[in-house]
Amino acid sequence: MSQEKLVEIKNLKQHFKTGRHSVVKAVDGLNFNIYKGETFGLVGESGCGKSTTGRTIIRLYDATDGEVIFDGENVHGKKSREDLKKFNREMQMIFQDPYASLNPRMKVEDIIAEGMDIHGLAKDGKARKAKVHELLETVGLNKEHANRYPHEFSGGQRQRIGIARALAVDPSFIIADEPISALDVSIQAQVVNLLKKLQEEKGLTYLFIAHDLSMVKYISDRIGVMYFGKMVELADADELYKHPIHPYTQSLLSAIPLPDPDYERSRERFTYDPTKHDTSEEPEFREVRPGHFVLCTTKEFEQYRREHGTGE
Amino acid sequence: MEKLLDVKNLHVSFDTYGGEVKAVRGVNFDVKKGETLAIVGESGSGKSVTTKALMHLIPKPPGRIKEGEILFEGRDLAKMNEKQMQKIRGKEISMIFQDPMTSLNPTMKVGNQIMEGLIKHQKMSKPQARKRVMELLELVGIPDAENRMKQYPHQFSGGMRQRVVVAIALACNPKLLIADEPTTALDVTIQAQILELMKDIQKKTDSATIFITHDLGVVANVADRVAVMYAGKIVEVGTVDDIFYNPQHPYTWGLLGSMPSLDSADEELFAIPGTPPDLMHPPKGDAFAARNKYAMKIDFEQEPPMFKVSDSHYAATWLLHEHAPKIEPPAAVKKRMEGMANSSSSSEGERV
Repeated sequence: MSQEKLVEIKNLKQHFKTGRHSVVKAVDGLNFNIYKGETFGLVGESGCGKSTTGRTIIRLYDATDGEVIFDGENVHGKKSREDLKKFNREMQMIFQDPYASLNPRMKVEDIIAEGMDIHGLAKDGKARKAKVHELLETVGLNKEHANRYPHEFSGGQRQRIGIARALAVDPSFIIADEPISALDVSIQAQVVNLLKKLQEEKGLTYLFIAHDLSMVKYISDRIGVMYFGKMVELADADELYKHPIHPYTQSLLSAIPLPDPDYERSRERFTYDPTKHDTSEEPEFREVRPGHFVLCTTKEFEQYRREHGTGE
Repeated sequence: MEKLLDVKNLHVSFDTYGGEVKAVRGVNFDVKKGETLAIVGESGSGKSVTTKALMHLIPKPPGRIKEGEILFEGRDLAKMNEKQMQKIRGKEISMIFQDPMTSLNPTMKVGNQIMEGLIKHQKMSKPQARKRVMELLELVGIPDAENRMKQYPHQFSGGMRQRVVVAIALACNPKLLIADEPTTALDVTIQAQILELMKDIQKKTDSATIFITHDLGVVANVADRVAVMYAGKIVEVGTVDDIFYNPQHPYTWGLLGSMPSLDSADEELFAIPGTPPDLMHPPKGDAFAARNKYAMKIDFEQEPPMFKVSDSHYAATWLLHEHAPKIEPPAAVKKRMEGMANSSSSSEGERV
């Protein structure tokens, strides 16, 4: 994995007005980078702002503040139609609900080719069809499926169509927002294996948003943990699971039931108490161990370093 | 241990315009007093239909219990009429549903919803019932019961609402609790709280639970015994250790292999290819054969019977037949079996 930055998220904020005087700070000052060719996992409980982050990065929402720098250029801000098109080709999204994210009145062929049509990628009808067939085969469907409608497919197959649509414009970066949450266990593994295979073949970069922590651990290189619109911890996947430092991460990890009865009998759950934090100053994102960042105050930083070592 | 519930050869079908959908095709299982039986399987495997049939909650038509007996303390629920069932539902058997958003009445105060069953079944007076509601709310961990019972469901969070649902289910001290994916809609930390609550209450009241879920992590946490369902049949049943550390059916292997463990390296997940069969036209032979890479010729022709693995452990796969070739289970499953061998030998060592 190269250490070249593909996406830089700088102080990203997304606030929603919910009334005349109330504002929901769904995302509140996020900073992180996504490197070329890696899978960045974003986890947290419902309402922590992980989906909003994904949607703001791809500009489905206009950011309240902050920058998303993709390949050296800011995604947000005023853009001409042409400039936007360029981003849209590079960045694609796979949605959570395979039932709601496909237009029921369009044939699979047109769903997949819509992006190609907009960007003028197919020379003629024949090339378009050939590309659709190729995409269908890449995601494990048949070319006969091209003439069918979404309702004729199962959930797992629909998610494959969603993946084929995202791949149609040859993007380099894909945001997958809970792509497997709505699928059955046995089908989840099929889709995850497919995403991994595609990443190897096409050198894709993923932002993988999910609440299923064991699946995120499996697919991600690095993981960020979000809590109430802020990132509280960021580290390599293995490092995060072996040495969780922030108490919220610890409580989240201790709450996952694993398919192992012996482990379950001895598992002890740890409850997170947000009032226990040091409030003497505004917490900052600091590197406690190499590549392992935690949101903490100076005092907590010293404490974490003492408890968890510096990893050197 | 005494059998509380004994289901024998249960068949449930739905009559649709397209034909008869055989959702449950000959299910046998029992639940003993005080134990938790988990039923696992993918959507459409018939796990919810089975338990809804026990409670007569299948809409008729189109659904019907075609065949079979449901013996609850010796009485056959399958033959009961609606009036007799009303005496059992909510009182002796009660149910926790998946979605706490839709299983509560949004126009009724939470306290009144819990009281309903008490007044109906226990013939309590209102003040008596109110007192019991406060006890129940305390039992399920809702503080400030006095005020909370006067609130409406929308004033509760998802986890709190599920606690209310649990309180309703427990109101009449049921002997059997059926929980249909009670934590699927909840976050992991809330899920952990609800599971702890349910286990705690089960210990206190000594009730039995049927727990339906597709999350094997939850199964490992709550279950004493596990039944694996596929295409309307139970394909493997055993104690939780049997199923997790010595699985015999290729479908169980697939389920276990398709979940990554937290320490699993970069090996590919063992995915089950294809999709479940159409139960309008169930396939001949073993329903799982088409997705099973270990399938033999006989799997496509004849349905396998339940083979006995041990006194507590049965599986319906021809691989257990004495003439079947020896098959190596997938690597991820083998690792589990080896882990089991190690842990059992080490625990024996401790005993000595």
